[in-house]
Amino acid sequence: MVHFTAQEKAAVARVWGKVNLEEIGGETLGRLLTVYPWTQRFFDKFGNLSSTAAIMGNPRVKAHGKKVLTSFGDAIKNMDNLKEAFAHLSELHCDKLHVDPENFKLLGNMLVIVMSAHFGKEFTPEVQAAWQKLVAGVASALSHKYH
Amino acid sequence: MVLSPEDKNHVRSTWDKIGGHGAEYGAEALERMFTSFPTTKTYFPHFDVSHGSAQVKAHGKKVADALANAAGHLDDLPGALSALSDLHAHKLRVDPVNFKLLSHCLLVTLANHHPAEFTPGVHASLDKFLASVSTVLTSKYR
Repeated sequence: MVHFTAQEKAAVARVWGKVNLEEIGGETLGRLLTVYPWTQRFFDKFGNLSSTAAIMGNPRVKAHGKKVLTSFGDAIKNMDNLKEAFAHLSELHCDKLHVDPENFKLLGNMLVIVMSAHFGKEFTPEVQAAWQKLVAGVASALSHKYH
Repeated sequence: MVLSPEDKNHVRSTWDKIGGHGAEYGAEALERMFTSFPTTKTYFPHFDVSHGSAQVKAHGKKVADALANAAGHLDDLPGALSALSDLHAHKLRVDPVNFKLLSHCLLVTLANHHPAEFTPGVHASLDKFLASVSTVLTSKYR
């Protein structure tokens, strides 16, 4: 089980308080679909993903990015218990969505990069490390129920 | 994976933008990597890896200079990186997983300092470039 120190929790919360879920969520998902185009395989019904501009401006990408990031907010409220918090979503991603867990790692790293771009100096190596630990914990929790 | 003409332009313009900050960014990327991914420190038991370390600064410059060289020879990465490729295969033997970790921290660093230029398109090109460099550096491993 992942254990977060008080400093790590504080580092995560400090940045999270300033995150605009739609903006950061949309950007994160949009960049995932742009930088790793094969991830588009899960989003055939999202309409126009034919160019970077189309992806980043696609309203369904933005809405889904917001949904995913809102879920991260739940992670932050349950940092000591990620596996239980994400049990249902884990089953969903395996049984219904059929998403390779490798994608959770890709999305997590994409979130870290987007936050680095948004928060600049504030996103110090220590803050990044706390977030890397969180995204790794979420990725692990989301793959926990796979069979 | 092939770098398109657009990818190459993105890489070159990024390196122009980096200017004289290469060494600084190289050191920062290493510090981010050591802090976020402590297993990477196993390759540097002889280093002081604390913030501001002169050894990390010097090594950051080495990494930055090698990437600048690669950026200047995008049409022949294997040729430009041949000596480094030998070094990593026969002497350093860094497990291939670690190239992804350093590449990620380089992207985090570039995004941090140049958010406006770090558009999704440029980001994609840089990710491909770093992946290509990593592939070349591990190409003689076996």
